[in-house]
Amino acid sequence: MLFNIAIKNLLGAGIRTWLNVFVTSVSIFMIIFSSGMYSGMREHAMNVSIDTEIAGGAYWHPKYDPYDPTTFEDSHSKTPIEFKNLISNNNAIEILVNQASIYPEGRIMPVVLKGIPLDQNILNIPTSSLNNYVGPNIPIMIGKGMSEYAKLNIGDTFTVRWMGSDNSYDAAEGEIIHIMDSGNFKIDMGHIWIPLSKAREIFLMDKESTYIVYKDGINEISSMSSWIKRDVKYLIRDMEAIIKQDRPNAIMIYIILLSLAAMGIFNAQTLSIFRRKKEIGTLMALGMPKNRVVLLFTLEGALNAVLAIIMTGVLFGPLLYYFSIYGIPLPIDYSDMGLIIAKTLIPVYSPLLLIVTGIAVFTILLFVSYLPSRQISKMHPVDAIRGKTV
Amino acid sequence: MKNNNIVEIKNLIKEFPIGGDFFKALDSVDLEIVKGEFTGLVGPSGSGKTTLLNIIGGLDSSTRGDVIVLDQLLNKTPHNDRAIIRRKDMGFIFQSYNLLPVYSVYENVELPLILNKIEKNKRKKMVLEAIESVGLSDKIDSKPNQLSGGQCQRTAIARAIVHKPSLVLADEPTANLDSENSHHIMNIMCNLNSQLDTSFIFATHDEKIMGYLRRIIYLDDGQISKDKKIKNPKYL
Repeated sequence: MLFNIAIKNLLGAGIRTWLNVFVTSVSIFMIIFSSGMYSGMREHAMNVSIDTEIAGGAYWHPKYDPYDPTTFEDSHSKTPIEFKNLISNNNAIEILVNQASIYPEGRIMPVVLKGIPLDQNILNIPTSSLNNYVGPNIPIMIGKGMSEYAKLNIGDTFTVRWMGSDNSYDAAEGEIIHIMDSGNFKIDMGHIWIPLSKAREIFLMDKESTYIVYKDGINEISSMSSWIKRDVKYLIRDMEAIIKQDRPNAIMIYIILLSLAAMGIFNAQTLSIFRRKKEIGTLMALGMPKNRVVLLFTLEGALNAVLAIIMTGVLFGPLLYYFSIYGIPLPIDYSDMGLIIAKTLIPVYSPLLLIVTGIAVFTILLFVSYLPSRQISKMHPVDAIRGKTV
Repeated sequence: MKNNNIVEIKNLIKEFPIGGDFFKALDSVDLEIVKGEFTGLVGPSGSGKTTLLNIIGGLDSSTRGDVIVLDQLLNKTPHNDRAIIRRKDMGFIFQSYNLLPVYSVYENVELPLILNKIEKNKRKKMVLEAIESVGLSDKIDSKPNQLSGGQCQRTAIARAIVHKPSLVLADEPTANLDSENSHHIMNIMCNLNSQLDTSFIFATHDEKIMGYLRRIIYLDDGQISKDKKIKNPKYL
């Protein structure tokens, strides 16, 4: 009975209801959109990292620590025999890491030099672009960020200096053959990529590597004793730490937007109760107990929220869908800031996000509908009939 | 119903707090109203007639004294139970109609039946009957803002009698109406009174209404100053 009356009241209020519902639905849209953007950023960063750097996971040389370049000197050895099958079946690739310095136009820049097989297809890095080089220099691929930072372009040559396995320094001319746009600053800034065979040759590290990257879905090598397995979860832990650190910001935005929606409903309910005092008094006179009138007004607020959720789906659903397919072009290249953010950001609306947002919005709006409705229980029926202020 | 009395009031006192003091709106009121009576509470503004009507309707409580309406001692009855009595056995007519603005005539009249959980088909029949009895069958889908004052008050009457209550309480029902509409409204209520045997109690100082009443209770400064039965009302 109350439900029918509440529906009738809501629909009967016409434009007032729809304006209110629209404003609330805009807030819900903003909540879903901003959360979707945030999820999209996370997912993109994760995908790019896995795509260009992690693949299915890795086995590290026991002394290898990517955050400590001083370990590079010792973190290489002959690739363990256990990986032979994986590598020969193209299920894994070897990467050899060393410290180096480059001297573009007389400037000195420390870099991480990585040797990678050119015919690999496990990491989404255009290594094959170095394949056709026939010149005398070391063919080098760098990232777009590094290119802009070091002001290096294709065809530029410079001296590369490194320390070989015999602890003596050596140098040769390197030439930029390709500039890749990976979107992953971690394999871009301060990195130069050369063919694995060339790296082994100039470092005097025949058949050696620093770590092995394997394809997704490859079973663990149970007999491996010395090299350390690093799964995807381990390799993305730093990124997850950044995301975790950023979570309070996301929660703040979520709360602000939810508060806006709540304030809209609270305001509408307070106004509605103020304007409809006579109606409240009349309902009491007709025999509706106070607690039922409170319930009726709370129900109206709740239905407001339900209508707003439906309107969000109808009005903003196509827009959310469009963004989730075509994305939103970002005006700034965030890779300069050391962030893995796509140039066209595609929001991701997970079912969990939609369900949690729906439930959160409904619960909060139900609560803020109830708060002003409680005023009704303090009203004297005679005063309400006359439209007197509480 | 004991003694056929629909209302029994004994030594009723109603005080309102004003500042640090109390204003006595009703003082030592004793009153009995029999079923089917067409009664008016008459007096100048501030005489206590609306207060008495509200106490009879269970919308307000007495400070002291007993108020028995439809065999229920209202001053000992909780709010919710009083609401049930109003819902089942009373109808209210207000000076400013108090129709729900977003509802049509039909929906306004239907509301007491919805509150009484009357089954839909029966509800429809009762609503149409009530609307017809006040002559508004052609305005069934109109909203209050599309009606004249007289039509609004007729809708309010239909709403008050649709569930066939034992008692209808009308507070200045003709105050906002012109002479012609006032007579029209009063004629409708007289007919309903004789057809349904519903008791009507009016709070009024409108001379036109007094011409229809069979009993006039005069109130002055919260006390009953005169209680007059009229054998041949002027307009009947």
